[in-house]
Amino acid sequence: MRRKEKVIEVVMMCCSFVTVIATVGIILILTLETIKFFSEVPIGDFLTDTQWTPLFTEKHFGILPLLSGTLLTTTIAILLAVPTGLIIAVYLNEYASRRFTSFVKPVLEVLAAIPTVVYGFFALQFVTPLLQKIIPGLNGFNALSPGLVMGIMIIPYITSLSEDALRAVPGSLREASYGMGATKLQTAFRIMVPAASSGIIISIILAVSRALGETMIVAIAAGQEPKLTFNPLESVETITTYIVQVSMGDVPQDSLEYKTIFAAGLTLFVFTFVLNNISFWIRQKFQNKYE
Amino acid sequence: MSSNQYTRAKSADKLFKVVALAFTIFALGILVVLLFDIFSRGIARINWSFFQNLPSRHAEKSGIMTAMAGMLSLLFFTIIIALPIGILAGVYLQEYGKRNKFAKFIEINIANLAGVPSVIYGILGLTLFVRILKLGNSLIAGALTLSLLILPIIIVTTREAIRAVPDSLREASYGMGATKWQTTSKVVIPSAFGGILTGIILAMSRAIGETAPLLVIGALVYVPFIPEGPRDQFTTLPIQIFNWTSRPQSAFIVNAAAGIIVLLLITFLLNGIAIYIRNKWYKKIKY
Repeated sequence: MRRKEKVIEVVMMCCSFVTVIATVGIILILTLETIKFFSEVPIGDFLTDTQWTPLFTEKHFGILPLLSGTLLTTTIAILLAVPTGLIIAVYLNEYASRRFTSFVKPVLEVLAAIPTVVYGFFALQFVTPLLQKIIPGLNGFNALSPGLVMGIMIIPYITSLSEDALRAVPGSLREASYGMGATKLQTAFRIMVPAASSGIIISIILAVSRALGETMIVAIAAGQEPKLTFNPLESVETITTYIVQVSMGDVPQDSLEYKTIFAAGLTLFVFTFVLNNISFWIRQKFQNKYE
Repeated sequence: MSSNQYTRAKSADKLFKVVALAFTIFALGILVVLLFDIFSRGIARINWSFFQNLPSRHAEKSGIMTAMAGMLSLLFFTIIIALPIGILAGVYLQEYGKRNKFAKFIEINIANLAGVPSVIYGILGLTLFVRILKLGNSLIAGALTLSLLILPIIIVTTREAIRAVPDSLREASYGMGATKWQTTSKVVIPSAFGGILTGIILAMSRAIGETAPLLVIGALVYVPFIPEGPRDQFTTLPIQIFNWTSRPQSAFIVNAAAGIIVLLLITFLLNGIAIYIRNKWYKKIKY
């Protein structure tokens, strides 16, 4: 009896250990292959060269164009998603009736459930032609359209997490503010939002991390041209798109071109890893401060 | 505060209310526009032969038979692998995990895994399953990759479901002389079942929509046969949609829209079931 209990416990422990193996696997694989990559390409070139052309005859291995493409689409997405998502969260929590909120929240969650390949289609086939009517001469592939669509995809993350954070603020703070004669708006942005700031910041960090790693929307609608630019009207390539592009091509295993996806992947992983840990740290530090 | 300031604050308040409502309607409106755009493009293309045909160079003769078969087999293997591991891990961390350093470390680790971009899982799968374990770009390599990807979702929802089970149930079971595992398997897991099931269905919905990691591990874009075993090559519906979307001919865009309608219906169906079960279960768990 005792023995059986112990065996089961060990089996269960092994199951939770699978997640550790996955993390270690990711870090090991990315690092080892990147080290091999840097034995052929100087790390200085990787970080400072302004061209990324591993698939051409004249090869350059500068990550900056891929990084600028990634940061550009992410910035556009965040500029749309953070204000919109936050305003909706404040509206739902401070103004809207309970019935309206219970209708809006699940519908917004539908936006988060839509597969990203669908958003890619929407960006390329609907948003880009629409933008071309407003901005004449806009390239069929550009950073703006997938950036905006990515922003739409992220709105529910911001709204949902920020709304949870706002709801966790004790009602007494709000009532005290009303009692001082403050309006709803003043209460919302001077009392509630600052009080919920740790949760809101976490939602923004997670949204940034999500946007950095998004693949299909940019692969479909941003074009696949690595360019060092911050012009949203030009076509760009993100790190994620490059990884998919190489994997879909006929690049021989163990070639230098093949190793580039690990170096690019490690760059992306470092960004999201740091962001995720910051958000985890904030959660540990500030969570439940009102309980 | 002067009365002037007060009126200004009042009108700012009213203005914000209107603007914020407009933002909310904007977000909901986009969903409507997206659905309308895709349905109006693709609905006419959906007929019986669209489900029965193999992929083809001719858009009108193309169908999603192999993509659907590939997607469903992939989902089957993914769930078979991820389900037991995810549930047992979740149960362990919530019921057994003492507040020790190991549990804390695993928790940080899972939070991190949940935030790893899916394309990175693709690189992991490509190296570990396709190359090192020599599984090739097969269904089983894809299923293993997706299993790791949805594992954090299953673990986290399992833990939440178990946390919601009241302690009185456990105490009653111990009081009857049951062991820890008997209590867990006969009392805690059955009470938490609704919540666990919700998590599993949401994980399935996530797995069905994934495209990037499968492209990275080398899932094919053109597969003119139905996979018959775990070692066969495969394609899935999102990959087929991606392929059609990247073609210049408008007839393929129509195909892509029709494929998206099918994909969205499956996704919404799964999410609808999940929400239904969750609501039902939450009512029941409040003893």
